[in-house]
Amino acid sequence: MRQAEAAAGYDVIVVGTSWGGLGALRRLVAGLPGSFRMAVTLIQHRHPDSDDLLRVLLQERTALPVAEVEDKMPLEQGCIYVAPPNYHTLVERGHFSLSTEAPVRFSRPSIDVTFHSAAESYGSRAVGIVLTGANEDGSAGLRHIVERGGLALVQDPDTAESSVMPASAARAVPDARRMTLEQLAEFVVSLPAGTPAREGR
Amino acid sequence: MSVEGRDTRRAEVGSPDLERIEIELLLEGVFRHYGFDFRAYAYASIRRRIWKRVESEGLRTVSQLQARILHDQDAMERLLLDLSVNVTAMFRDPRCYREFRERVVPLLRTYPFIRIWHAGCSTGEEVFSMAILLEEEGLYDRTRIYATDINDMVLQRARQGIFPLERMQEYTDHYIKAGGTRSFSEYYTAKYDGALFAPSLSRNIVFSQHNLVTDRSFSEFHVIFCRNVLIYFEKPLQNHVHKLFYESLVTFGVLALGSKETLKFSEYAPCYERLSATEKLYRKVR
Repeated sequence: MRQAEAAAGYDVIVVGTSWGGLGALRRLVAGLPGSFRMAVTLIQHRHPDSDDLLRVLLQERTALPVAEVEDKMPLEQGCIYVAPPNYHTLVERGHFSLSTEAPVRFSRPSIDVTFHSAAESYGSRAVGIVLTGANEDGSAGLRHIVERGGLALVQDPDTAESSVMPASAARAVPDARRMTLEQLAEFVVSLPAGTPAREGR
Repeated sequence: MSVEGRDTRRAEVGSPDLERIEIELLLEGVFRHYGFDFRAYAYASIRRRIWKRVESEGLRTVSQLQARILHDQDAMERLLLDLSVNVTAMFRDPRCYREFRERVVPLLRTYPFIRIWHAGCSTGEEVFSMAILLEEEGLYDRTRIYATDINDMVLQRARQGIFPLERMQEYTDHYIKAGGTRSFSEYYTAKYDGALFAPSLSRNIVFSQHNLVTDRSFSEFHVIFCRNVLIYFEKPLQNHVHKLFYESLVTFGVLALGSKETLKFSEYAPCYERLSATEKLYRKVR
């Protein structure tokens, strides 16, 4: 069983957000030091025609390299990845795959789709975080991460620009810890990072 | 119920490792019995689509689906439709078509005859888009477009040249952003809920079934258009197909990929150079 072999630390963090996400993500990444060792994937709902701006705005706030995901891009420690608009981003073991399948709950990228794939590929080595947003995407995915032995965190709904998404996630995963953005950053920095996320099985 | 909801129930039945065994067995069976090879498809993504089919068939496990697929050809047809993602649009990613007009069309003008391969053309929206673009550039009469897909059902639809009327507004917007020089409505006639595209547009299109995984090249091309098809393949299979494309392109031929696809992680990266800073248009240089 994969669950048994893992638990040494966390390899990947997946973060989902929608309304109010830009400001929240900028604060979150600003709290990650240059020495941070996990691979962080950000899923922000946005317009299908969006350009590179989100990546640029996040890069301004962090010493970690920020890249927009391209198909089969390797997942590397200490990198921040932004899901591209108009595709689903799937976390495979060691790399990303993209998909143009139909939107899920009107969203592409869908937070649930990415969270599910991270749970399947990384099990107990995955951390899911749901931030501000005005819909319920991410709740089912966060629950799945926990069912696979991973860790669930949500932005304290009272501190979120839009509380719907984190409140929904907190209902779906009652054990999920609720924190402010600054506490979230501090907390994930304190988590043990696993061994390098390697290709293959 | 959503696929996500389904996953939760499934979690009670099996572990991820058992599920992987079931999926590998299903794909092995499909290959050996029907000849369709999905064994090297990107796992997280094909797994989603297989579960969708399990759910639509009213089944509970992938193994149950395997039994049905192997004994019922109609079920295989349905699975095939799920596995080959057929999401497409006319002038999809308009910026790509605009760049194609500006950077590839001048190269094409130097050829007396132009052969274009649309690999994985699905229901044909992008093929007709290309025909329109080349018509407007005055190149269409010396062009032949070979449009292929693994799935014969979608090809039958592509041959009709009828697309949903309700999407024409979106496509008109794409067409304008793609640098269209006429009025988009000139190209189609509304008929019930469909938009019938001018039959003259299909005069130089040949639709035929071709499997990128198992079939060989069938000609030499000046342009290969294969957008958002390879994203469903694992890297070794992508390399296999890139070899096929490389061998099928003339020197200085152009390969067009989807906007979030890249040759960067491929063995064939050194053989191509980028033609556009923003779009995935590559020219074979060695």
